[in-house]
Amino acid sequence: MSHEENRHMAFICSKGNLDMAYPALIMGWAALGNGVDVTIFFTFWGLDIIRKKYMDKLQLPPVGVAGMRTGMMGVPFDVGIPQIMGVLPGMTAVATALMRKKMAELEVPPISEFLQMLQDAGARLYACKMTVDMMGLTREDFMDGVEIVTAGDFIDMTEGAQIVFI
Amino acid sequence: MSTDILATVAFDDQGYLQNPADWTPELAEALAAQEGIQLTEKHWQVIRFCRAKAAETGKSPTLRQISLGTGIPTKELFQLFPKGPAKRVARIAGLKKPEGCI
Repeated sequence: MSHEENRHMAFICSKGNLDMAYPALIMGWAALGNGVDVTIFFTFWGLDIIRKKYMDKLQLPPVGVAGMRTGMMGVPFDVGIPQIMGVLPGMTAVATALMRKKMAELEVPPISEFLQMLQDAGARLYACKMTVDMMGLTREDFMDGVEIVTAGDFIDMTEGAQIVFI
Repeated sequence: MSTDILATVAFDDQGYLQNPADWTPELAEALAAQEGIQLTEKHWQVIRFCRAKAAETGKSPTLRQISLGTGIPTKELFQLFPKGPAKRVARIAGLKKPEGCI
């Protein structure tokens, strides 16, 4: 088509809650499906998304999530859930299970499988070296294919890319 | 030769076949050639699956549905139909643009 360089999108995942893991994975997958190059950089709490031990155990704590209303649970009244309820024991597990169920219904795969699909489709996954060091982690803590790089390396690798910070 | 057959049918502005009834295996060959793809049996396996799935559901299958349905891994699908297998197959197979995100 054209002689220009291929379009490149880079996602920065800085949050590790379940609801903050999906945006980059879904948009990244859509980008790959449109022939766009994809790089995902995981930093701070976002590292949980690629940690073998936690990737399929990400949670959705309901406190502070205004969008979580009863309608999501199939209740006819779509009303907000009082924030104080969110701090009760077990509420995070309930909200997490609900979101997992909703995502599965939409044929969205679990995080580990999704990340493997992204890698198979050509996405490059990087862990932020400073956060890795800060948390005392090593390469072994992460899924296969993840490379640990510095923020400077990431900036070099994404020259000209469109950056999405999540 | 292949350009002749492409001139006989209508496409929408994104390159998807306007009238599904116009599709023939020869047209698929010509469409693939236009995108730089030489169709092999493996390509045809994907095309047949997508056409069958679309006939059943009325929608072009998504990439994940193709992978799960054909048993062909994602990596290989990207080799067979580079840069966006789901959309490419849909175009070559004479189907509508896939709507799903996964």
